[in-house]
Amino acid sequence: MAFLDIQNLSIDIDLPAGKLFAVRDISLKLERGQSLGVVGESGSGKSLTALALMRLLPKAANVQADVMGFDGIDLPSVTDGTFGKDILGARISMIFQEPMTSLNPVYSIGRQLTEASVRTGHFTHSQAKSRALDLLARVGIPEPKLRMQQYPHQLSGGQRQRVMIAMALMLEPEVLIADEPTTALDVTVQAQIMDLLSDLRREMGMAMILITHDLAVVSSNVDKIAVMYGGEIVEQGDAAAVLSQPSHPYTRALLNAIPRLDGDARELQAIPGTVPSLMAPPTACVFAPRCAEAKPVCTQHRPPNVGTIAHMRRCILTDDDIAKMVAAVPAVVAERAQVKDDVVLSASHVTRVFQTRTSLFAAKHEIRAVDNVSLDIHRGETLALVGESGSGKSTLSKILLGLDAPTTGSVLLAGEPVTQMQPAKRAGLVQPIFQDPYSSLNPRRTLAEIIARPLVLRGEKSSADNLKSAREMLDMVRLPARLLYSYPSQLSGGQRQRVAIARALITSPKMLICDEPTSALDVSVQAQILTLLGDLQRNLHLTCVIITHDMAVVHQIADRVAVMLSGQIVELGTAHDVFGSPSNSYTKSLLAAAPQFKQDTVLA
Amino acid sequence: MSSVETPDMAEDLPRAPRQIMLDRAKKHGGFLIGATILLSLILIAIFAPLIAPMDPNAQSLSSRMLPPVWTEGGTWDHLLGTDGNGRDYLSRLIFGARISILIGLGAATIGLFIGVTLGVCAGYFGGWVDHAVSFLLTAQLALPGLLLAMALVFIIGPSVLVVICIIGVLHWTYYLVVTRAATQRIRSLDFVAAAQSAGSTPRQVIWHEIIPNLIPQIIVIFTFELGIAILAEASLSFLGVGIQPPTASWGLMIAEGKQAMFYRPWLVILPGLCLFLTVIGANLLGDGLRDITSPEGRN
Amino acid sequence: MLRYIFQRALLAVAVAFSVSLATFFLLNIATDPAYAIAGEDAEMEVVEQIRETYGLNRPVVVRYFDWLGGVVQGDFGESYYWKKPVAELVVERAPTTIKLALSALFVTIIVAIPLGAWAALNPNSWTDRFALGVAVSAQAVPNFWLGLIMIIVFAVTFPIFPVSGDSTWQHFVLPAFVLGASSVPAVMRLTRTGLIEVMESDYIRTARSKGYRGTALLTRHAMRNALLPVVSVLAVQLGQKFGGSVITESIFAINGLGRLALESILGSDIPTVQMLIFVFAIIFVAMNLLADILNAALDPRIRIT
Repeated sequence: MAFLDIQNLSIDIDLPAGKLFAVRDISLKLERGQSLGVVGESGSGKSLTALALMRLLPKAANVQADVMGFDGIDLPSVTDGTFGKDILGARISMIFQEPMTSLNPVYSIGRQLTEASVRTGHFTHSQAKSRALDLLARVGIPEPKLRMQQYPHQLSGGQRQRVMIAMALMLEPEVLIADEPTTALDVTVQAQIMDLLSDLRREMGMAMILITHDLAVVSSNVDKIAVMYGGEIVEQGDAAAVLSQPSHPYTRALLNAIPRLDGDARELQAIPGTVPSLMAPPTACVFAPRCAEAKPVCTQHRPPNVGTIAHMRRCILTDDDIAKMVAAVPAVVAERAQVKDDVVLSASHVTRVFQTRTSLFAAKHEIRAVDNVSLDIHRGETLALVGESGSGKSTLSKILLGLDAPTTGSVLLAGEPVTQMQPAKRAGLVQPIFQDPYSSLNPRRTLAEIIARPLVLRGEKSSADNLKSAREMLDMVRLPARLLYSYPSQLSGGQRQRVAIARALITSPKMLICDEPTSALDVSVQAQILTLLGDLQRNLHLTCVIITHDMAVVHQIADRVAVMLSGQIVELGTAHDVFGSPSNSYTKSLLAAAPQFKQDTVLA
Repeated sequence: MSSVETPDMAEDLPRAPRQIMLDRAKKHGGFLIGATILLSLILIAIFAPLIAPMDPNAQSLSSRMLPPVWTEGGTWDHLLGTDGNGRDYLSRLIFGARISILIGLGAATIGLFIGVTLGVCAGYFGGWVDHAVSFLLTAQLALPGLLLAMALVFIIGPSVLVVICIIGVLHWTYYLVVTRAATQRIRSLDFVAAAQSAGSTPRQVIWHEIIPNLIPQIIVIFTFELGIAILAEASLSFLGVGIQPPTASWGLMIAEGKQAMFYRPWLVILPGLCLFLTVIGANLLGDGLRDITSPEGRN
Repeated sequence: MLRYIFQRALLAVAVAFSVSLATFFLLNIATDPAYAIAGEDAEMEVVEQIRETYGLNRPVVVRYFDWLGGVVQGDFGESYYWKKPVAELVVERAPTTIKLALSALFVTIIVAIPLGAWAALNPNSWTDRFALGVAVSAQAVPNFWLGLIMIIVFAVTFPIFPVSGDSTWQHFVLPAFVLGASSVPAVMRLTRTGLIEVMESDYIRTARSKGYRGTALLTRHAMRNALLPVVSVLAVQLGQKFGGSVITESIFAINGLGRLALESILGSDIPTVQMLIFVFAIIFVAMNLLADILNAALDPRIRIT
């Protein structure tokens, strides 16, 4: 009998619009000290599974399972009171995704660490306090005694997550569930937290369930993997087996859609279609509408679970079919557009200082968001601007767009200073693409109005012509024309990002500045957008500046790389040089921290 | 040709925002009730001369203080009885609707212009403009509104126009607070930056991008302010510093009926009920509109 | 934190004086105080005499600073109507209104907060609908009408409470209820919304994951966060009760500042009106400041930057 044994767990949620079958018949097993990675995109049901285990689901959720066993105990039969005292925190603990809001802002760190264990009687007050101090030191918080008295808002995101980990470990639980523990953190901090979790797990002999959307993170940190899609586990088994020989079409498609750091950049395979609505009970294969290998029977019956404990999948494809799938290897990326010599944008000694005052009588506080940055961007190239939060990359992008003026220094766009340029002229030279597709389109305007707006502002053409141009743009980003009169709220994230691209291109700018264009999108959609951007760049001879924190994306699409730290560019060079032989120590740490796949799966 | 395909659009699009709101409106009890009440009232106010059985100012000393028709002593000539001067109560109540609706709409509109203008400017431009407006807001809140209104109306002279203006000028704070917060929030959204990159001037950004997103909230506030303005006028008239006799205002009618209220409670109860129902209608409509336009904010 | 409070205090004083300036100008420009003293149909010479005696022929600005100078020494001028120093009048009647305001606040607290909390813990249930119904009704009922109805029901039909006057504590029950009722909707909604948001927050989820449930979860983790904004609003509502006492005191014949205000206005007694507006503004601003201080004391995010 496994340590943690879940069989046929289903969760459905009562919504005003009907029942949402969010999790359907999933089975998981975990042994003592083992780690399991549950991987899936948003809407796959991975978080709900963990919340069900912890009894943290909302009231509208109904949970059914054949078996939910933990160390021989039948969990559903445990009363809420006993569950809260003996299981939660004491034997199974959980840490969450948003460290910034997961701690109560009005209580001190020390109190939040010790209160639960003292209340349930596991520790006396002084025992709890000394254990808390030990754990704070162990998770890497300097000056633990001081931090105990402080409040959450005085700590950074990374520090708060460490506190959450310490809090979860107070009673030495046997299972730790980590729900996207590092997604909201910077890359270098991510690596530190993942290492910390692995070390702690080994030290304490803890089992761990790691929930994430990032396959790369999972590849080096877990023993077993379960891949979830549409509320079901489509593939499950030993991590090495699943990653090196993925046998479910979804897993393969997911692996092929992710930009990688190793080897040459390969064509990203986008997964067509969108995640299905889960408002009806499962009657067929949930992935079939998007599956390249789908057969007629896939849309009629639910596929069975096939395989062994070591490697299992929910699919009707035979081993032969899989062998044929494996044979198709994505091509290496086609030649990138030629980079010309002439300079489109030239920034020299740009500095931007912000003066803030905490209150009327306090001293003025200076922040150098951008510090003496000089950069020349050549026509046709893709320059990646890499940095973590606080590096100044967003401020710099606003300055390059002409939306903000540098305190000193100048930015010349096609020879003319951006700050003195007529807005109409500037709009014809450089346009932005933003990170969050949900806030980059005006919710009260139709797509036609949104896309045509830059032309309307110029007032050069008639409205009939503008509409025609909008139609052409929609076509260029491969969206159907009938969407022209719909509203952003009717579109998915990926579709909205395409609309943003259409709007940016309608004035035929020479340069695009893309601020984290794919970070807010699901993995499968990311590939669509990155490929679209690449194609457009080639066909329209665009110059692109891509701001990102994701080194894998940089590796996929960039010609040159500029690394920013604390407002300065600490390294600038071709992608080949920066990745192959980075000269700056910060660049090296960024590359080391980026999650990488341990094995090369695609070329098997 | 790359492998990116057009996303599968076989399924229908989710409904458009307008359609969603209409569907919600049809099912929302509070909204429907509130809308019915207010619409009826507006119609009553407009067609008052046609609906009222008698001239509201026609006095008749022989039929003073008659009770409503369902009480002993009532007659069918005066369905809701008469007041101390023999004037038909039902007719006066109907004409009272005119005063309430007129003053309510007028004052709420004045407040709208002042509050929204200040709010959008403070929210968009920030800096010293914001500080100045915040100061103005605190000063306005510190002013005891009713007191000042009373004093001003009394001093300047009570007329319908004066009452509308004074109530309007003293009731813009709700508009300000909400539009300022909303403008600040919207200003930080990416589509505003996109509009600026496309070449929009601040004026164009405010009119084309920001204000359309404020309209649902402004309408909701308008309905609440309508209720507040109607009650404010009623209070002023009750205290004698609002609408003057012989005009029929519900607040004034309550003041006039106060002396005899222990033996003839209907004189006080009926106009008060009218006020109560009107303002409930406005509030239900406001709550309903809020639910319909943004249920996320509802919990 | 001290710096924060000092700033807010400075702001408060500035607001109070701006209010007094605006009021002085409005009151003295919109009308001719000489006629107010002499009476509407007094003869020209009498009016001129009065202007001389009271110095009303000087420019408004000069008169304002005169008034201001007096204020700093505690002299708010003399009432045209009662022929007494205004300050005396106000001090006489203030305690009554203070009693009324505090009782009204008490009523608001014991009705609105439990109702709001109860509604928040059972969203979309009948309790929730009831609470919202109470809020909507209390917002819609004209408070002078409510006062009259209360008198008809609880003082005449069922003679439990006295009809009017202010001598015993029973005299304050109905007025406190009427005055307090006007704040109930706002405070109830705020409590309800605040608590609902808090219960859905991430840190409550963390507390749940540590084993907290039910009452312990509510009292230890949720209430303090939810009540933070409510405390400030209550302080401000208390400040507004003084201005709002006009109607209640008139209906229940309570001899407080509100009734004084009505009488002064109807009697064109500008100095008294001026002082009352100033006093009410100062009270509001002081309550605002108190709210800021409470906020800083209860919320570490403000206290420690």
